Amino acid sequence: MEQLTQQIASGLANGAIYASLALALVMIFVSTDHINFAQGEMAMFSAYLCWQVMQWGLNFWIALPLVALGSFLAGVAIQRMILQPLHNAPVLSVVVVFIGLLTIFHSLAGGIWSFTIKEFPSPFPKVAFAGSGYLGSHQVGMILVTLLLLFGLYAFFRFTPLGLAMRAAAQNPGSARLVGVRVDWMLALGWGLAAVVGAVAGTMVAPVVYLEPNMMASILLYGFAGALVGGISSPGGAVAGGFIVGVLENLIAYFGNLLEKTSGIYVIGNGEKLSVALVIVIIVLTLKPDGLFGQVSIKRV
Amino acid sequence: MAKLLEVSGLKAYYGSTQALFDVNLALDQGGVITLLGANGAGKSTTLRAICGMVRTGGSIRLDGQPIGGKATEDIVRLGVGHVPEGRGTFARLTVDENLRVATHARRDKTAVERDRDMVLEYFPILKERLTQQAGTLSGGEQQMLAISRALMLGPRLMLLDEPSFGLAPLIVQEIFRIMRRINSEARVSMLLVEQNAALALDLADHAYVLETGRVVLSGEAAVVKSDAAIRKSYLGY
Repeated sequence: MEQLTQQIASGLANGAIYASLALALVMIFVSTDHINFAQGEMAMFSAYLCWQVMQWGLNFWIALPLVALGSFLAGVAIQRMILQPLHNAPVLSVVVVFIGLLTIFHSLAGGIWSFTIKEFPSPFPKVAFAGSGYLGSHQVGMILVTLLLLFGLYAFFRFTPLGLAMRAAAQNPGSARLVGVRVDWMLALGWGLAAVVGAVAGTMVAPVVYLEPNMMASILLYGFAGALVGGISSPGGAVAGGFIVGVLENLIAYFGNLLEKTSGIYVIGNGEKLSVALVIVIIVLTLKPDGLFGQVSIKRV
Repeated sequence: MAKLLEVSGLKAYYGSTQALFDVNLALDQGGVITLLGANGAGKSTTLRAICGMVRTGGSIRLDGQPIGGKATEDIVRLGVGHVPEGRGTFARLTVDENLRVATHARRDKTAVERDRDMVLEYFPILKERLTQQAGTLSGGEQQMLAISRALMLGPRLMLLDEPSFGLAPLIVQEIFRIMRRINSEARVSMLLVEQNAALALDLADHAYVLETGRVVLSGEAAVVKSDAAIRKSYLGY
């Protein structure tokens, strides 16, 4: 029982990272209908930048805002310089650009920092949490930072004029222009914010998976799965989906191990949890194509 | 009097298809003009051209300043409130958010407050619907919201694309009554596109009849209205 609780708790911790990445994907998707395949590599690159700034002697909590700012500007620049000129291009051209960005960031990181695995120290102090032993201090910190980021974004979109303008631009670009919203800049801003979310996710997960150019590959896959399960059109759904996938993968491994221990038959274990998680995603999507929380917009004509 | 809007030799293109041919229009400060004509005559295209939503040629001047070739959002920020065909409300935003999004670029906080009070006084039903998703409103309420949202821009000029479309006669009368007040009280000039010629000619002081992208006739609204031959051949009533 205790082990089960622990598995769920650490599933939530991983889920926080998947949720962030899922949110980054959704932020770009709702306004452009594109899935940014390079989102994971951008996050990885941000994590390397953070590591580099820390190597220069700065504290993590100073390095992170700097890197977040840099990632924001890079995200805006990528949209303005690379994707804006392609806004009328067929979707496959855009996909090729995303794959190009992915490989560029990948080889840049490898070229600058080499492909050998680096350790990324946890920024959180090692303290034992009130008798729980369920979660390490880094996992707790990771959850808190992610939730803080998610609530911050929620408040931004919900309560600020700029957030409102961004939502309007994503929903109906034509009408948004007619109320004076600079739609192109809103898209760029969306890219910038997605890059920031990715940067936070990357630096949070780096102490867990270690720093290397491939670190985000499976995490992006989980984030993508989370976004689809929750509903790729719904930011809140994507976040929930990220957490669901995180818990699910741990439960699969847990029950697989349990089954092996009690009956001696090996069905699934750690090795298969990604495949099983993705099978569940496919089942969910077959039954509910818009995802569990996908927005069904109410329309009366 | 100075012309608020002066359009001359306006051409518009959808891809390589030309939709407008040398359209000339003039709107006085505080005036109302209406564009009449059959489906596909180019009425909506004229409004879209003024707002920079299609590729254009010729000259468009707002208060003497050329606005042709500017981006839609920049033209809007100069004080042009376009109420588009099909209303274009943000279905998944609340009524309140629909109104607020139009003010996101405005810095004159007190004027924004005043405009908000004004539109809620014009359309009190919206006050009861503020927290509702715009997509759940009735057609008439959505049209009221679309007009209100354009008013929240604090416009000098409103472009209205068939505000009567698909609405019950009583609702249409109500909306036109308010539009008359907006023109006389808030001093907003209007360029009105309508299928319902009788209604439009009541509100407007000048009318233009479009046919296949050309102005085939123009004159004072009262004259156009009383001319049986014009009514029969162009306006179909």
